[in-house]
Amino acid sequence: MSDAIKAATLEYATRLGDDSVVLGHRISEWVSYGPFLEEDIAYGNVALDYIGRARMFYTYAAELADDGRTEDDFAYMRSDRDYRNLLLMEMPKGDFAYSQVRQLFADVYYTVMLPELLQSKDETLSAIAAKAIKETKYHLRRSREWVMRLGDGTEESHKRTQKAVDALWGFTHELFDMDETEQMLADAGIGVDVSKLRDTWLKMVSDILTEATLTVPEDDWAVRGGRTGYHTEHLGHMLTEMQIVHRSYPGCQW
Amino acid sequence: MTPEEQNFMRKIEAEEKIEPKDWMPEAYRKNLIRQISQHAHSEVIGMQPEGNWITRAPSLRRKAVLLSKVQDEAGHGLYLYSAAETLGISRSEMIEQLQTGKAKYSSIFNYPTLTWADVAAIGWLVDGAAIVNQVSLQRTSYGPYSRGMIRICKEESFHQRQGYEAMLALAKGSPEQKAMAQDALNRFYWPALMMFGPHDSESAHSQKSMEWKIKRETNDDLRQKFIDQTVKQIEVLGLEHPDQNLKWNEERGHYDSSDLNWDEFWSVINGNGHCNRQRIEHHVAAHEEGEWVRDAIAAYNEKKRAKQAQNAA
Repeated sequence: MSDAIKAATLEYATRLGDDSVVLGHRISEWVSYGPFLEEDIAYGNVALDYIGRARMFYTYAAELADDGRTEDDFAYMRSDRDYRNLLLMEMPKGDFAYSQVRQLFADVYYTVMLPELLQSKDETLSAIAAKAIKETKYHLRRSREWVMRLGDGTEESHKRTQKAVDALWGFTHELFDMDETEQMLADAGIGVDVSKLRDTWLKMVSDILTEATLTVPEDDWAVRGGRTGYHTEHLGHMLTEMQIVHRSYPGCQW
Repeated sequence: MTPEEQNFMRKIEAEEKIEPKDWMPEAYRKNLIRQISQHAHSEVIGMQPEGNWITRAPSLRRKAVLLSKVQDEAGHGLYLYSAAETLGISRSEMIEQLQTGKAKYSSIFNYPTLTWADVAAIGWLVDGAAIVNQVSLQRTSYGPYSRGMIRICKEESFHQRQGYEAMLALAKGSPEQKAMAQDALNRFYWPALMMFGPHDSESAHSQKSMEWKIKRETNDDLRQKFIDQTVKQIEVLGLEHPDQNLKWNEERGHYDSSDLNWDEFWSVINGNGHCNRQRIEHHVAAHEEGEWVRDAIAAYNEKKRAKQAQNAA
């Protein structure tokens, strides 16, 4: 592995780890707040999958960095300006409709992205994708069903769900942005060229929204910046909470 | 005794399980509903003090373990609600009883979790005390409850091990971590002992429950078991035992210990704990906020049924 590729892969694994830990954290905020007990269990399950992914990506990043850092250094010792997650993942949990719509957007994204990552020439990334694909299949089944029920349920649930779709739509564009680092990895057969995935994503999401009697929004706004560390105001608060114990006792084992 | 009663008592005496469709005395049914639903509510309310630390868990591994544990507790709540439902009460009735204070949950969850060590202490001591009770309940006379307990015990013993292991990491860690562990032990030790309920002489439901083999061992016997098994565990942690009067009694083959502060126990049960109101308000708020979601499912299913009926016609 050349130094440039190695550095890019480290950055890439960190990005994917950041996406997973941030989304996993947001989902975990639902535990004991679900509309009924089965949902508390389901949320816990999905959160667990994402925290598991974050650990795999960060462990790999730490291995590539080879500077003594661990998965926890990546998760707990970087501040919001260092985090490289997509903005969609960091948005606060909102109401049940908001979280399920975000989940649908993320699940469809992973449904189209992970099979590409599975083809990666990097064995570790490919192995992580293989495990994640199975989880995502189940996640999508769940978020798809929920959006269906909420969109085509009562007047109130429809209204809340449409509002969530509209509020989150502008954050989905950067899911398909490429920069130099990711382009280099895509060219090397290591990373995924996400710019080629938007059409499939849009088709799948539009089909689901339409079936759920929801309207697919116009593409008239887009917020970008997660991959450069230019976040919303929300991530700082999230990390403050997530990192408080770890950072309060430097160097401790837990 | 009617022939039905005779048959019921014969089964109890022969250690045969009572099954949902079998005849049972009304008081047996009521007593079981009370006990099983209280147990289910404890699992559900117990998600809150531990859930309080999911977002602040100090490492990714601990976060994953805690998530998985809280998820298990929710699962236990589900089995137990289902077991109670076999006795002719619905989950929504039970939830209403919880929210209106008619049904109780374990008072241990009225205590706040103030530090990360409290999560470890709950896993170790609270789940530990629960297991002592639940192991005994595997032999309870009601079939669905007994089978639920067998399943639950397997997961609880994993919880207890992970709690103890988390405690060990703290006790062997930095001076601050060790102090945090000692503080958690000091606060949770006594309420954990009270989880077994009042002294046998003061326990309103004990006698009948023992006779019907709903309960298999008395509150005081179970508590003694827990006191005995915990001594060595505290020693291994290198922490100070919270009970200054603890002393091995050769004759009894058990540890003698301090009297418990039952005034505090009753005071907390009766609403003076730090979290009594918070726990119920949290549950009510989540339930009420979820109402539009539950309505949406009902409406969606109704539309689907109507469509299917139309297609069939």
